[in-house]
Amino acid sequence: MSLSLRPSDWLLLSPELFLTAGGLLMLLLSVAFGKKREEFLGFLSVLLVAVTGILLIAVSESPHRKASILGGTFLVDNFALFFKGLILLSLILTVLASVRFVGAAPYPGGEYYALLLFAGVGMLFMVSGNNLIAIYVALELMALSSYILAGYFKAEIKSTEAAMKYFILGAFSSGVLLYGISLIYGVGGTLGLPELAKLFASAERSNLLILGILLILAGLLFKIAAVPFHVWTPDVYEGSPTPITAFFSVGPKVAAYGILARIFYVAFPKFHADWGLIVAVVSAATMILGNVAALLQTNVKRMLAYSSIANAGYALLGVLGFRTEWGLWGILIYLLAYTFMNFGAFTLVILLESRGYAGESVSDFNGLAQRNMPAAIVMLLFLLSLAGIPPTAGFIGKYYLFSAAMKAGYAWLAVLAVVMSAVSLFYYFRIAAAMFFSEAAAGVAKLKSSYALTAVVLICATGTLAIGVLPQPFVAVLKNCVLGP
Amino acid sequence: MDLSHVPILSIVTYVPLLGALAIVFLIPTEKTAAIKTAATAFVALDFAVSLPLWFAFDRGRDGYQFVERTSWIPSLGVDYQFGIDGISLVLILLTTLMGIIAVVCSYTAITERQKEYYVLLLLLQTFMIGTFCCLDLFLFYVFWEVMLVPMYFLIGVWGGERRLYAAIKFFLYTLAGSVLMLIGIIALYFYNTTGFLGYKGLGNPPTFSIEKLTAVAAGMPGELQVWLFFAFFLGFAIKVPMFPFHTWLPDAHTEAPTAGSVILAAILLKMGTYGFVRFSLPMFPEAVRNSTVVGVMVFLAIVGIVYGAMVTLVQKDMKRLIAYSSVSHLGFVMLGIFALNMAGIQGAIIQMINHGVSTGALFLLVGIVYERRHTRLIADYGGLARPMPIYATYFMIMALSSMGLPLLNGFIGEFTILQGAFAKNIWWAFCAATGIVLGAAYLLWLYQRMFFGEVRNPANASLPDLTFREQLTLAPLVALALWIGLYPSPIFDVIRRPSERLVQAVGGATAEPPALAQRASGPAARDAAARP
Repeated sequence: MSLSLRPSDWLLLSPELFLTAGGLLMLLLSVAFGKKREEFLGFLSVLLVAVTGILLIAVSESPHRKASILGGTFLVDNFALFFKGLILLSLILTVLASVRFVGAAPYPGGEYYALLLFAGVGMLFMVSGNNLIAIYVALELMALSSYILAGYFKAEIKSTEAAMKYFILGAFSSGVLLYGISLIYGVGGTLGLPELAKLFASAERSNLLILGILLILAGLLFKIAAVPFHVWTPDVYEGSPTPITAFFSVGPKVAAYGILARIFYVAFPKFHADWGLIVAVVSAATMILGNVAALLQTNVKRMLAYSSIANAGYALLGVLGFRTEWGLWGILIYLLAYTFMNFGAFTLVILLESRGYAGESVSDFNGLAQRNMPAAIVMLLFLLSLAGIPPTAGFIGKYYLFSAAMKAGYAWLAVLAVVMSAVSLFYYFRIAAAMFFSEAAAGVAKLKSSYALTAVVLICATGTLAIGVLPQPFVAVLKNCVLGP
Repeated sequence: MDLSHVPILSIVTYVPLLGALAIVFLIPTEKTAAIKTAATAFVALDFAVSLPLWFAFDRGRDGYQFVERTSWIPSLGVDYQFGIDGISLVLILLTTLMGIIAVVCSYTAITERQKEYYVLLLLLQTFMIGTFCCLDLFLFYVFWEVMLVPMYFLIGVWGGERRLYAAIKFFLYTLAGSVLMLIGIIALYFYNTTGFLGYKGLGNPPTFSIEKLTAVAAGMPGELQVWLFFAFFLGFAIKVPMFPFHTWLPDAHTEAPTAGSVILAAILLKMGTYGFVRFSLPMFPEAVRNSTVVGVMVFLAIVGIVYGAMVTLVQKDMKRLIAYSSVSHLGFVMLGIFALNMAGIQGAIIQMINHGVSTGALFLLVGIVYERRHTRLIADYGGLARPMPIYATYFMIMALSSMGLPLLNGFIGEFTILQGAFAKNIWWAFCAATGIVLGAAYLLWLYQRMFFGEVRNPANASLPDLTFREQLTLAPLVALALWIGLYPSPIFDVIRRPSERLVQAVGGATAEPPALAQRASGPAARDAAARP
């Protein structure tokens, strides 16, 4: 094990390092800039993330990313690159969606953006982690930043409650994860994923090992909000500032799926028989509970929270499908589609946020078609995509996931999943019905969007439609996104 | 006419879409007259470009014609592939014709949010035609599902009192059925390629081509065929709708605006029966031959015919009455399909057209009085023959056509279907024939209550008769009804080849029953028979 850094290693680490420096810069600037000129900080953050993206492209061209660096803990394979791109995308969208929102809030914006960037750094490290401890540390960086962001509106009781709940349950799940890692270490004597894979390929199955695997699984299922580890989600999503909710629903989830895929695809495929059935049951329960509970919601943020739980259930089909490459493809394309459509839907909620910080009810969407027709149409597009109606990104993603489940032999789960996605249409279309069938409340003016929000909506809508109508360029990328160098 | 160098099917499919885009981007919302003109122009243009298909179609050739093909998602093996046979040809022509009627009949009926309305009608038109043109299963599924969206909004925005309930019920029912089809499609895909669930795949390159998958599916083991048959069945059966999956239909038809009901009845219901003939029969012949499966299908069809007719008898609401009569009529189509012989299948296809013409026209007629009186209750009318004689005449013709009176189209379809059913099992034909009797009962009774006697309600005394525009929407349908009733052989010629292939696929004899051969052997058919 060598911990010395060669010059080429600096390049591989440059996105993470640059983003960290950017976050620190943001902290410094937040002291210098008053509340009035804060918008600048938002746009500076966009710029920082964009430069990170350019560095990422430089990294992808580097011939040195064949081997893992930093003592074998950090690996930039195509899989990690895909996830890093997705994470940067969600960061940019979040910052753009936050500018007006944070500007209107009576709290300093600099630390908000800084925390967002730090969470981003954590996620970037997570998906490159090739060692359980490295993954854990990165995950904690992301999680701690997230707890604070959830409570950003510190004078609001709901926001504080959200942060508190998120923190306590999050810390608990991190503990479970860490305990699982320690058991694995006890059995295998190493924490590197490739080493573990090699070891377990010939190792006997032991109860201690299975317990370790299951504890790691439980810790990660918490992060992706799968049943029965989902209870925090609706409260946290409802209480957090809406741009942060949108961020939670994509960024950290995407990163968590990244490490879930990496750990279970690389290190534990042999014990599929032990964790496969559990994941199948969890997936079924998550789809059923998420969709059925969403049916009962009148608050859009809570509804979208349950919808994102349901979506976690669909994506678990991909984890099950890890026996074949379909599982990996399914997760990748679905997360890409999900980022666009889910963030897009949340952005419309942000756009509508008219009564200050209170959660949005479905009736706030009444008559949106009259107030702003283009907004209503793109919202419809996101809803159709979430419900998996072609030709949208959501359909292509679900197609791959259902294929993965069929291929892996879980036909019953695939049938359940399609039935549940038909159920989901019912609550998604409550919003559609409100937008197009109901009259707007008297005296409500036309709805105007800001440039930043329009940009977010346009990016999301383009992505949602492009993946649905012309999926080839996107799915062609998948085949190269294999794990490992 | 040589159409081989023109992507004619894509043109027919996308002209309405083009019209929708033109209206969205070029015409401001307030200029309603311009919107109507543009919408009419585009559906008329679409009908005009679809007509050459009828003349250029080679009746003597097997397989699909006017085929277009480009790669769409090579990673999955999905192609953008269009092509038609005789069955899709007649349905496409019916769709483009109905498109014009749907637009023209909405001029005065729709007074709010007109721009959105005509845009949705045009979009729906594109999606429906696309569904009939598809030769790629994946593409088919895309069209099949996306079609629900404009219909949902047509019912939900411009529908009757219970429109919200009807719209979401329509969407959920049909969606729930078709998602299982998606599982069936995935299973077929894996069976053709790398295998799944213990079935060893054939190792072919991935494809969704309907032609190739049909050949592959037909060779599948029997029990897998039965499973997949039912995966596809639900989607189609709900669309048809077969008893007991019909409960969405009365609500959707009743609450939809007139044009919506017309399109629902004339075209959307045919999607289901079209699915059976395009997919279920040729893809899963062993399942279809299975006597239990046939028994269940025929049982449901006959229950649909009789139960549908009985429920129709007791309806108090005109629109609901006609909606329920669809359940009965579509039962006939299903009976014809599962008779699995030439007469049955040809009759079923003809009856699909007939039902579109007759029931579409009846919904139009109901819409016309509804626009004048704003009530659909039969009890509110009576003696209409006096103030509205022309209207009464049109209604009479279409009611007679719907009940299957000789010389009109309904007779040809029902007679041929019964012939097919009779050849299989005399009891099937007997039970189904009771549906015809009941059909005559509910239609004549409806007619009597609406048109005969004195005008009891003063509001009806001075109702204006049909306007020129209203007659214009009805006249083509009357002409079609007479044409099919008097001289059906051009249509038999078009659908003979594909029907023969279907019957061969399910292992029946393709020899025509004698009466029919007489009736339907036009010059083209004889030529085709003479060719080797």
